[in-house]
Amino acid sequence: MNDLRELYREVILDHNRHPRNFGELENADKVIEGVNPLCGDRITLYVKMKNEQIQDISFKGTGCAISVASSSLMTEKAKGSSFEEIEILFHRVHEMLTGDSTADASDLDNLDKLAALSGVHAYPTRVKCATLAWHALKNAIAGSDDQISTE
Amino acid sequence: MSSTAEPLSPLNLRGVSSLRNDFPVLHQDINGKPLVYLDSAASAQRPQMVIDAMVTQEERNHANVHRGVHQLSQRSTEAYEGAREKIQRFINAQSHEEIVFTRGTTESINLVASSLGKSILTSADEVLVTWMEHHSNIVPWQLVCEQTGAKLRAVPMNSNGELDLDEYTKLLSDRTKIVAIGHVSNALGTINPIEHIISTAHNIGALVLVDGAQSIPHMKIDVQTIDCDFYAFSGHKMYGPSGIGVLYGKKALLNDMPPYQGGGEMVLTVSFEKTTYNGLPCKFEAGTPNITGAVGLGATVDYLNSIEFDALCQYEADLLDYATEKFLELPGARIIGTANQKVSVLSFMLGDIHAHDLGTILDQDGIAIRTGHHCAMPVMEHFGIPATARASFALYNNNEDVDRFILGLKNALELFS
Repeated sequence: MNDLRELYREVILDHNRHPRNFGELENADKVIEGVNPLCGDRITLYVKMKNEQIQDISFKGTGCAISVASSSLMTEKAKGSSFEEIEILFHRVHEMLTGDSTADASDLDNLDKLAALSGVHAYPTRVKCATLAWHALKNAIAGSDDQISTE
Repeated sequence: MSSTAEPLSPLNLRGVSSLRNDFPVLHQDINGKPLVYLDSAASAQRPQMVIDAMVTQEERNHANVHRGVHQLSQRSTEAYEGAREKIQRFINAQSHEEIVFTRGTTESINLVASSLGKSILTSADEVLVTWMEHHSNIVPWQLVCEQTGAKLRAVPMNSNGELDLDEYTKLLSDRTKIVAIGHVSNALGTINPIEHIISTAHNIGALVLVDGAQSIPHMKIDVQTIDCDFYAFSGHKMYGPSGIGVLYGKKALLNDMPPYQGGGEMVLTVSFEKTTYNGLPCKFEAGTPNITGAVGLGATVDYLNSIEFDALCQYEADLLDYATEKFLELPGARIIGTANQKVSVLSFMLGDIHAHDLGTILDQDGIAIRTGHHCAMPVMEHFGIPATARASFALYNNNEDVDRFILGLKNALELFS
């Protein structure tokens, strides 16, 4: 159970139970679908953006606790961020999740609540759950309408 | 024949409780806990006897089959064709020519869809599948329907996960040329009334392919009694190797069907003007086959023949009853697939905990289950759910496995409380 608490931290369980920025966003500039065929995660990401900045963002869908919490945490962090900041965050989160991070503790501090996802790196089969929303966001700011699939 | 393990004497038919010891993979710790393997519907484990037969084939006997005059080629050919005859007897086919080795159920279905489908289907025809099919018994038919213009239709099911047989009868018409149906649903465990389905289809002149991937490890199959036209199954679902499977087909039908793939082995003579094809079953076995896989499958049949199948069926039914009863005591327990006739498969949801989270949590306790849509997305759509968790019980599982499984689910409930 101790190991599992590393993965399912309180922040994760809380964001799974009560996902933030959940629901459709009217007049979104980008609507991106993300699917994880392995476990049936399916999210839709709604993004409003102006001057290379995320003005508003929301998501809806169904998924495992990791994908829902990761999506929720991502929207919290991304709202108000510039595209440039998103790019940096994307790489930091990716490094943290895949475990090949050279980041020290202070880097994790910069990630704020996103650091709660660091336990995922011990569970390789779950990395795709945690990165789904981030890949959808990356597509949104790259101007793509393509559906994201983790397979 | 030195290449396969000697069949156990039928006089020594064994009870079920000791069989667990035959499976070496089960005797290990996962994440510090003794392994509880509840994913046999995805792929079953192999008994030592099957592993030994494959090792012997590799270490002592390997050579190409059907074409060498030397000793090893003869041994391999004997073992390969010997396996075919064992399988013929195991499912009571009339002739060894009716047993085609394939890579597995999926390839068996693709073979029929491609070869038979393309030669008989027109845009006026229909292929009938069901809502509970595995993707491998949907997509090959979709492909051939796209190519021929035929229409794919699906028999609905009720909320228990049982086929609506009235609707089935209504869907059957003189346009229906092929009915393709799973004997047992991998996602729900439902056992379909296959004899009724086949005889009804035959009454209107349709041919019937049965996807037997999930039935073959749980029940004795007699292809002549059920009178199916084709029966497809995989080695690895029946405690045998992966990458080898079988297509049974009635000889007259197989004879009339064009080859599926071209190459060596399936021809008699080749010239640029005209190629003549080999007879059955070689006509459908182009290229060098999975020889060791076939030998392993032959040994698997020997193994299954050593077990009292009626006792096995009862044992698995008791195990499912016990698991069902214990599971339903948990808060938020919901079983997906509550048909009257089921094999030992428990597909479920637990409160609002996602199946994938359950899979990870149980794995930490050394318990292997399957999570997801089980390659049966229409089933998930029917029940309005994205995924289920599935525990499937095999001859090597026991009540202690069920207890560990339930304890693991209690841990999940506590973690997500």
